[in-house]
Amino acid sequence: MAEEREYRVALVGNPNVGKSTVFNHLTGLKQHTGNWTGKTVAGAYGACVHHGVSLMLVDLPGTYSLLPHSKEEEVARDYICFANPDATVIVLDATTIERNLNLALQVLEVTDRVVLCVNLMDEARRKGITVDCAEMSEIFGVPVVATNALAGEGMDALLDAVVAVARAPRGAGRLAIPYPNYIETEVERLYAKTGSRWVSLKLLENDPVTVASIEAHGTVDLHDPDLAQSLSEAREILKEHGISEKDFKDKEVESYYAFCEDIATRTVTYNNKEYNLRDRKIDKWLTSKSTGIPIMQLFLGVILWLTIVGANYPSQWLSALLSGIQDQLSALLVHLGAPVWLHDVVVLGMFQTLAWVVSVMLPPMAIFFPLFTLLEDLGYLPRIAFNLDKCFCRACAHGKQALTMCMGFGCNAVGVSGCRIIDSPRERLIAILTNVFVPCNGRFPTIILLSTIFVGGGVAACLQPTVAALAVLLVILLGVAVTLLVSRLLSATLLKGYPSSFVLELPPYRKPKVGSLLLRSLLDRTLFVLGRAVTVAAPAGIVIWVLANVVVGEQSLLAHCAAFLDPLARPFGLDGYILMAFVLGLPANEIVLPVLLMGYLSQGALVDMENLSLLHTLFVENGWTLLTAVNVILFSLMHFPCATTLLTIKKETGSLKWTFVAFLLPTLVGLLVCLITTQTVNLVRLFL
Amino acid sequence: MESEQLVKLSDLPIGDSAKIVAIHIDDGIKRRLLDLGMVRDSRVRALGKSPAGDPIAFEVRGAVIALRNDVSSNILVTR
Repeated sequence: MAEEREYRVALVGNPNVGKSTVFNHLTGLKQHTGNWTGKTVAGAYGACVHHGVSLMLVDLPGTYSLLPHSKEEEVARDYICFANPDATVIVLDATTIERNLNLALQVLEVTDRVVLCVNLMDEARRKGITVDCAEMSEIFGVPVVATNALAGEGMDALLDAVVAVARAPRGAGRLAIPYPNYIETEVERLYAKTGSRWVSLKLLENDPVTVASIEAHGTVDLHDPDLAQSLSEAREILKEHGISEKDFKDKEVESYYAFCEDIATRTVTYNNKEYNLRDRKIDKWLTSKSTGIPIMQLFLGVILWLTIVGANYPSQWLSALLSGIQDQLSALLVHLGAPVWLHDVVVLGMFQTLAWVVSVMLPPMAIFFPLFTLLEDLGYLPRIAFNLDKCFCRACAHGKQALTMCMGFGCNAVGVSGCRIIDSPRERLIAILTNVFVPCNGRFPTIILLSTIFVGGGVAACLQPTVAALAVLLVILLGVAVTLLVSRLLSATLLKGYPSSFVLELPPYRKPKVGSLLLRSLLDRTLFVLGRAVTVAAPAGIVIWVLANVVVGEQSLLAHCAAFLDPLARPFGLDGYILMAFVLGLPANEIVLPVLLMGYLSQGALVDMENLSLLHTLFVENGWTLLTAVNVILFSLMHFPCATTLLTIKKETGSLKWTFVAFLLPTLVGLLVCLITTQTVNLVRLFL
Repeated sequence: MESEQLVKLSDLPIGDSAKIVAIHIDDGIKRRLLDLGMVRDSRVRALGKSPAGDPIAFEVRGAVIALRNDVSSNILVTR
């Protein structure tokens, strides 16, 4: 038997229908990371073999229609309409079939190589909704498979259907959605010239972006005088019917939805009329005037508290484990007869920095990410955007900026690329430029550690985590406030304009699946972020060690640099080593603290890093006060983004100028805040 | 007749449902509303206001959609 070729399969669906879960299930969690909100920001690819047949799956960004409004939706439209996939899987939410069918109809108008995947069947069952898939398949003439992707139900049947559709010869049996007669007549007139019902419809609709794409893909020759003649005739006649180009789209969508309603009545049964009652009750608590905001802050506080308290123990174990390994590594090098400098570079430079990054970064991330993913999977993040929208509106920014801001807690680079969900270019740029004002996971541990040592240090041990959590919460609220303030400032200066209108969907609350949640948050996110930090930390450790140990004149290179930067840093309540650490931490913020410690340690004895009071002593010996700690925390919250984020900004904006602004803006804000804090405290001290 | 009275969607009391009569908004945002199933004659129900009173969440075809007042005040509905 001849080898069968690999089939290309596209996955489309409305946002929040579990499309990526289907994708992950089929490809075995091999999707590239960076899909943080449940929103796929760019098409992701993944391979899958089903009964010996190879499939290449493309997870397209969630979209409500094939008429794109944002960049990511354009990706989906172009792929479906012009890339000719062997099969397209349309994922539908079984609990909102009628709305979801709108997209399905539009895809079915383009191609009949379609499998409908009615997902979230368990949610539907719980809400007493039944979907007659056989009837739906009869109506559309394509396979319809009921699935529950989280539990893996129906995945095999889905793949069977996909393979069958992909293998079938290409036919012309596309779905003809019934339009009003006067439209049908004109579509027929154009069909004679274009040979495609869909192209004819799109030409009548005359959306510039779609028409440009049709032309670019050479589907029809728009300069053909015959076609142009028919087109202008058709438009003329429609105008006589009172249908301008603008109204045409309205009529089209009205026809879609009339059809959707019809199909939904025939295939969906609601056994419980009040099936959404529970969601509405939860919404009352989470979004109402009296409880919405306090509950939001409570959630954030609890997450931080759990992260801080929970991270302590594994941090200590890891630290003990890694220092044991360090001893063995050291012994091994001595045994091999390595020169002292090599031993020191490897053990004290590379390994110790690595060990620090792993033992200090891993535990908080491993706790924070799953908790954050839990809120996300429950469907809470859009409620945050709903609650905070007025604030963003007042800042002349986009309400969805609240979502990209939340993504920033994980990683600012991801937050920046997530800004694609904002369709207004001005507001998207504001969201990109201000994303760095929420602390990412690389900076959280620095903030947590310094808060624990300096702010929590003054109280009883049992209260320490609570005080530290409150301090961190305060830092985050400050970050949000600065985000809003800077957004407002940008709207008044560099990016003048008014907030644009937008719509936000509040998806149904979902019961998360703990197993896959843990897998995804730990494997996909924690290890990804940690991996990046580690690859930076190892070479950085060597560089820092060299800087700290190569002596020129009477001082090490690091001391020279620090001494040079010191006078610059002083007015801001920082010192040369701190500034140096932030500069060297440009590749990844995770290494700022280890660099700083190595700088301080190059003159002193080695410190047992797991012991907080020893760390406190080390900082104090180097002239730190509470004010220094506060300044470092503030500057950590507000300074230039890391290299990865800057590269992402360059990629997303396509402009060096805006990348430069993204670098300069938070740095200036941070320096200004530190300057004001320091000088105010100094002034107060003068009078006391 | 009272039942024929037009009201702005933004003024629809929470918990009440109504039928869309007209959408007077510029093209971009209107098309998004159409995509979400807010076409003429669709039924919508006001579900709740956000803490600041704006935006308001509406139920449309089984899904929940939040709209700022600048949009919902330009949608006319009848009970």
